[in-house]
Amino acid sequence: MRWSWIDIITDVEKGKRLVAIKNVSMAEDVLHDHFPAQVGPAGQALDPAPVMPASLLIEGMAQTAGLLVGYTGDFEEKVILGKIVKATFEREVTPGQTVRFEAHLERMDPSGANTTGTITVLDHRTGRHEHVAHVELIFSHIDQNMAGTEFPEENFVFTDNFRSLLRAAGMI
Amino acid sequence: MDRDEIYAKVTEVLVEALGVDEDEVSPSATLTGDLGAESIDFLDIVFRLEKTFGIKIDQGELFPDNVAQNPDYVENGQVTAKGITELKAKLPHADFSGLESDPSVENVGEVFTVDAVVKFVEKKLNR
Repeated sequence: MRWSWIDIITDVEKGKRLVAIKNVSMAEDVLHDHFPAQVGPAGQALDPAPVMPASLLIEGMAQTAGLLVGYTGDFEEKVILGKIVKATFEREVTPGQTVRFEAHLERMDPSGANTTGTITVLDHRTGRHEHVAHVELIFSHIDQNMAGTEFPEENFVFTDNFRSLLRAAGMI
Repeated sequence: MDRDEIYAKVTEVLVEALGVDEDEVSPSATLTGDLGAESIDFLDIVFRLEKTFGIKIDQGELFPDNVAQNPDYVENGQVTAKGITELKAKLPHADFSGLESDPSVENVGEVFTVDAVVKFVEKKLNR
């Protein structure tokens, strides 16, 4: 489970929505580089400031929405993120918080799908859920859009990485 | 909806989908050459047109798939006369004048001008 930016699927309605959760942990290497202790402009030592990179929150939403698209098509298509149409962020996510990704399927046809999604965060100190981001994505069914390019027969998108998540959610 | 209204809405769609400025969009601007559209953008444009105009666009109806890889249409990097005839029949909204004078396969994208999209939408709405 290396490139998995969601921990569990909590809700799914085929063709409509999928909800996934991620707990952000200081054990994640990326948080030590984003951002490490630094020296400030006046030579003062600045503490490390671990912040979940927005790019990886978009990846988490792409995995959430991609699973929704794949599930809706019975995992027959190779679903690839084609375009980040829009991503607007309102706050940062820090270690110890729980991220909730909710993806909605807006449209799907043989060539691909588009989704909208919201990212919220549960701050365990306050017990409050806060809005983090709004993300719109487009997915391509690559076998339908890249004729003339050979892809492997097996579905390399929905591999073991995701299968245990899907099994735990009763989706396969 | 008259042509000017359609044009204004198509312009909005292209500005949103391609991140271009409104003044870059003109009737003769080509989607790929002038406005920098890539293949995935065509899917985005189709989705947005459907939503904006409340129409249903089938796959390949506005933009054909994979012309460059289709051996029925392309020979030695050139779109064949048969290819042009068939594409014209499939895409009556597109402007083939440039492709007819230089049928290099790289010029296929040039048939999709802003005006071609406007004509396509107009026809769909009046059907």
